[in-house]
Amino acid sequence: PPAHSHSDWIGPPDKHSNLRPVIFYVPPEESALERRLREARQEAQASNQRFWAQHNRAFRQEKEEFIYSRLKAKGLEMRDESGQKATLNAEEMADFYKDFLSKNFKKHLQYNRDWYKRNFRITFLMGQVALVRALRWLRRRKKNVEQ
Amino acid sequence: MSAARRCRPPRALAGLFVWHLRNTGIRQIPYRFVHLYHIANGRLITFQYFNFLKRMYVTQYNKDLSQRAKPKSDSIVSPFYELQQLDQEKKDVHKISPVSPVHQSWSETSNRNELREMKSAAETEDSVIPVGAESKEDRQWKEMKLRLDDLPGILARLSKIKLTALVVSTASAGFAMAPVPFEFTCFLLASLGTGLASCAANSINQFFEVPFDSNMNRTKNRPLVRGQISPLLAVCFAASCGVPGIALLTLGVNPLTGALGAFNIFLYTCCYTPLKRMSIANTWVGAVVGAIPPIMGWTAATGSLDAGALLLGGILYSWQFPHFNALSWGLREDYSRGGYCMMSVTHPELCKRVALRHCLALIGLSTVAPVLDITTWTFPVISLPINLYISYLGFRFYREADRSSSRKLFFCSLWHLPMLLLVMFTCKKSVVEKEDKGDLPGKSCERAMEIRLP
Repeated sequence: PPAHSHSDWIGPPDKHSNLRPVIFYVPPEESALERRLREARQEAQASNQRFWAQHNRAFRQEKEEFIYSRLKAKGLEMRDESGQKATLNAEEMADFYKDFLSKNFKKHLQYNRDWYKRNFRITFLMGQVALVRALRWLRRRKKNVEQ
Repeated sequence: MSAARRCRPPRALAGLFVWHLRNTGIRQIPYRFVHLYHIANGRLITFQYFNFLKRMYVTQYNKDLSQRAKPKSDSIVSPFYELQQLDQEKKDVHKISPVSPVHQSWSETSNRNELREMKSAAETEDSVIPVGAESKEDRQWKEMKLRLDDLPGILARLSKIKLTALVVSTASAGFAMAPVPFEFTCFLLASLGTGLASCAANSINQFFEVPFDSNMNRTKNRPLVRGQISPLLAVCFAASCGVPGIALLTLGVNPLTGALGAFNIFLYTCCYTPLKRMSIANTWVGAVVGAIPPIMGWTAATGSLDAGALLLGGILYSWQFPHFNALSWGLREDYSRGGYCMMSVTHPELCKRVALRHCLALIGLSTVAPVLDITTWTFPVISLPINLYISYLGFRFYREADRSSSRKLFFCSLWHLPMLLLVMFTCKKSVVEKEDKGDLPGKSCERAMEIRLP
């Protein structure tokens, strides 16, 4: 983001987590409330990034292992004659998907709870910041009018 | 939304429709518009609504239809859902301030503090010198600043406007099927209220699901995921749609419809959305969410919850299952990775059974319609072929459960519902006949003529 920009910038989706990173703008006269908001957002972003990067990596890895073991059981190689990667059809993959989902069920429940809490907190802080800014702007206008 | 596709500002809703229709590549916009707004009588509305739906369905076939998510009415709309403009939007020029050539490896806070005196947007727009290989990556960084021009498009996507349109059309089908003379103002208020409630529910749904949406192919271009709008604004928009919507329904139509609308919003946002990640019961809850709009249409017209309303709701409820189960069959990988508990992943046998069961239930429900005096006996007869066809496809899906059978079933469900509702409407029991029987309180003959069947 340009050095003189006054707003946050959001980037392309991360390779591992598919989440878009945000660079937060730190205004020079950042109030305590605004700082809390920014830190909450940064923390949520970091935590989400960690979770999804690890989760997606695990998914890809386990999927590879599953395909490999199934192919081996069938007596096939990972790549066939033409050098193309051998894949299993959807029905065979279904077993893997079911398994993966049930294995990660508790992890997801925990993550959901965390995410909802964070989301509400961030949005609430945003509301407070917006309110404070609006009041400040109104006060300034009143002062200008009086002068 | 890109600069290249600005909404024509004036008639906002018209603009939205134009924007969306243009994006789907439909060329008959003016014609359809005229018909959407030219409402001569109830029958014409419903017919044109369905035409609109059918055409949209057809164009969507050409695009990437594979995925779906459950929005408020969970089913009716899957393909419409997010116009698949993934590639187009990515490649389009963005209105964001181009990267300043001066910037190199900046550190988050220090540089910005130093240069804060400089104006942000105005200056960067002048200089657009790409800095070698990094520029492509840099160009993908967008300023998180809300531009008013983009706002209608963003809000349209936030509220899943196409899905909302379909929800409103099922509600108007419910209104049209009610055995009372057609009142235009009531119809408009009910449709508007339902539409607003649907917008609110969809926005809250997107607000809750940001990280999950980013990880699924179908949903990764939603406004909140892309940072085009802040969560606060999404919530405010939802509140500003939901509160007037429900108020409109409660005060302008009747309290029962308002209560149903509020209940549906609650069911969708607070039950269905969290439940998606906890248990497969979400599909049943979602089916109820989809069944409520026609009930709302009916209660808006009659003011009471009759058997007819429940029957219409039942038809939509049953329809949701073949529709959603067939669709979710192709999305198993994304659901599994995203942590969504769907029947197609965890209980595939149940998934197939339920889809078939409900296809058959549709036949049964169509037969009950004349018994309840909603339609004439021609309805089950005429609708039998299409119901049998979808049941046949449901059976094929049950037996084969592969990509082709699930796709066939899904596509069939897309045209099956509008056609069924249309046939139902044309077979609607004329109010005049009922008057003769003395079932209804005296109404003017003129009014009754409006809905007289050919």
